[in-house]
Amino acid sequence: MKLHEYQGKDLFRAAGLPVPKGEVATTPDEVAAIAQRLGKVVIKAQVHVGGRGKAGGVKVASTPEEARVLAGRILGMDIKGLTVHKVLVEPALNIATEYYAGIVNDRTSKRFVLMLSSMGGVDIEDVAHSNPEAIIRVAIDPAFGLQDFAIRQAMKDAQFDRTKSRELGAVIKGLYGALVRYDCLLAEVNPLVVSAEGDVVVADAKVDIDDNALFRHKDLLPYREESFDNEMDRQATEQGLTYVHLGGDIGVIGNGAGLVMNTLDVVTASGGKPANFLDIGGGAQAALVVKAVNMVLSDPEVKGIIFNIFGGITRCDEVARGMLQAAQEMDIRVPVVVRLAGTQEAAGRALLEGSQYAPVASVQEAARTIQELIGR
Amino acid sequence: MSILVGPETRLLVQGITGRDGAFHTGQMKEYGTTIVAGVTPGKGGTEMEGVPVFDTVREAVEATRANTSIIFVPAPGAADAIMEAAAAGISLIICLTELIPVHDMVRAVRFLQDYPGTRLIGPNCPGLITPGSAKVGIMPGAVFSPGTIGIISRSGTLTYEVADLLSRNGFGQSTCVGIGGDPVIGSTFVDILRLFQEDRGTDMIVLIGEIGGSDEEDAAAYIGSLPAATRKPVVTFISGRSAPPGKRMGHAGAIISGGLGGPEAKVAAFRDRGLPVADSIPQLADLVRTVLTVSA
Repeated sequence: MKLHEYQGKDLFRAAGLPVPKGEVATTPDEVAAIAQRLGKVVIKAQVHVGGRGKAGGVKVASTPEEARVLAGRILGMDIKGLTVHKVLVEPALNIATEYYAGIVNDRTSKRFVLMLSSMGGVDIEDVAHSNPEAIIRVAIDPAFGLQDFAIRQAMKDAQFDRTKSRELGAVIKGLYGALVRYDCLLAEVNPLVVSAEGDVVVADAKVDIDDNALFRHKDLLPYREESFDNEMDRQATEQGLTYVHLGGDIGVIGNGAGLVMNTLDVVTASGGKPANFLDIGGGAQAALVVKAVNMVLSDPEVKGIIFNIFGGITRCDEVARGMLQAAQEMDIRVPVVVRLAGTQEAAGRALLEGSQYAPVASVQEAARTIQELIGR
Repeated sequence: MSILVGPETRLLVQGITGRDGAFHTGQMKEYGTTIVAGVTPGKGGTEMEGVPVFDTVREAVEATRANTSIIFVPAPGAADAIMEAAAAGISLIICLTELIPVHDMVRAVRFLQDYPGTRLIGPNCPGLITPGSAKVGIMPGAVFSPGTIGIISRSGTLTYEVADLLSRNGFGQSTCVGIGGDPVIGSTFVDILRLFQEDRGTDMIVLIGEIGGSDEEDAAAYIGSLPAATRKPVVTFISGRSAPPGKRMGHAGAIISGGLGGPEAKVAAFRDRGLPVADSIPQLADLVRTVLTVSA
């Protein structure tokens, strides 16, 4: 679950980090009123993408009137396909130095890794490409946590300002505390600012919470609502389906992530464009299959559907029952081809005989047949 | 011969009284796996599918000399179940549970460092099977057949797909291992490759990778580092070649992020070392046939 900057800053503030006092607004009038209280402000678009500044989503306003005008431009703006509905308004900073501090899961070491860099304020992935030695990495032993000496050494290696090491070190320690406390997959401050006045300020917050750990963070559930970037994502999560919108016109439904991924590859290799990734998981019941068909058909671009089932714990006859039920409950106007293999394969095929669903023997044949049926 | 599981396996099922645990205990028994015990806290003294149930893993091991554990415990308690098995002296732990929090797995893997004799497979995996001998997982046994090809995969359903293809073409398998689709897993491709490399019953290896992480690149580097004279042939397939960056493709670990984990680098890592990569799953059968023909 990706958090907006203002949500991440709420968590960091609760963890004791020096976060500017900001307010969230959804209209230019609200922004002007906040600017009236705070003076010179920075107005920041709240969307789940990087590069907001370059896209014009971050602006400084000296007066409430200027804030109102700039907010009018940012609110409703489209940044990389996402519409800005909220802005965060904070006192403008006099930036002297910008650092990077982040903690992220590292698959190779199977640990969380602290990353520090004196090249803050720019995309850290760009730094990783152009200047990898400018990023200091420290793997954190989960049994002991992030030790003070390790923070001091990392700050020294990253050439952080020695006169501010106490304050900067406290931020890094607090960042790890927040990462563990809230089950974050990523907790990042970029930039971590030292102001002209000498204050250490958490100027941005990027937080990704592990969805699998939300069961023990009921307090974070209100954030869920704003974590969806579109209606399809929200529906899929509510219905317990793993759905990824891909923008093409061939709907794909299968059991198992690898199998569905491979189906997308085969469709693409045969010149088609997949509309989505949809995994019904293991052991799916008929009712879930109905939901899956409904989900894929709610995408108006879909012109045909491929079902690819290799039954292990999933039973082909159960999936077939779900497909027949779907055909009864809704008007399926697009062609659907079905590849059934594995557990209860024969029973599943027998059920579908005489229905509108076209059986195919392999995923390769499915990709070819669906293209023919939609007239390519 | 085979790796990890076989006639010597004495299996314990953690979470045996749950829906999936109970069902698959029956399926595994039917396949011929020796199941000696089950564990569900609070259900000790009962029986499930003819298997005695204990409250703790330690009790179960003391009473039955179980050496391998398969875990069906739901996600909130799964990492704890892994640590309990290790602490009780289980040497091979297979965790099928999906959706385990990453922080839990990071802690569990750290815990296992203090038990160097214990190996973890998974989580979020289908388990492993030595065809005709022992099934420790949820795979459909019928698609596997005994033979000399080792299979390693991050995907459960693609393992079935590939085993089915190989079996239909007359190529049986020594052992098939699903290592799991999560970002933090116990055993990697390299760990399992080492075992196949040393196994006398395995002549060649089929490796099924996917986007995300760099486990495939590590595997290619490991194979490349082996002396040509003793290195067993490896053929590969990488799934997710059409996946867009930044989208998590079902498996928590299957994501191209920050320019890393993309399919091109994985395919290149194998091909640059002269290791064949199939462009489609059916093509794997051709590659296997070519390898076996050349070596025969």
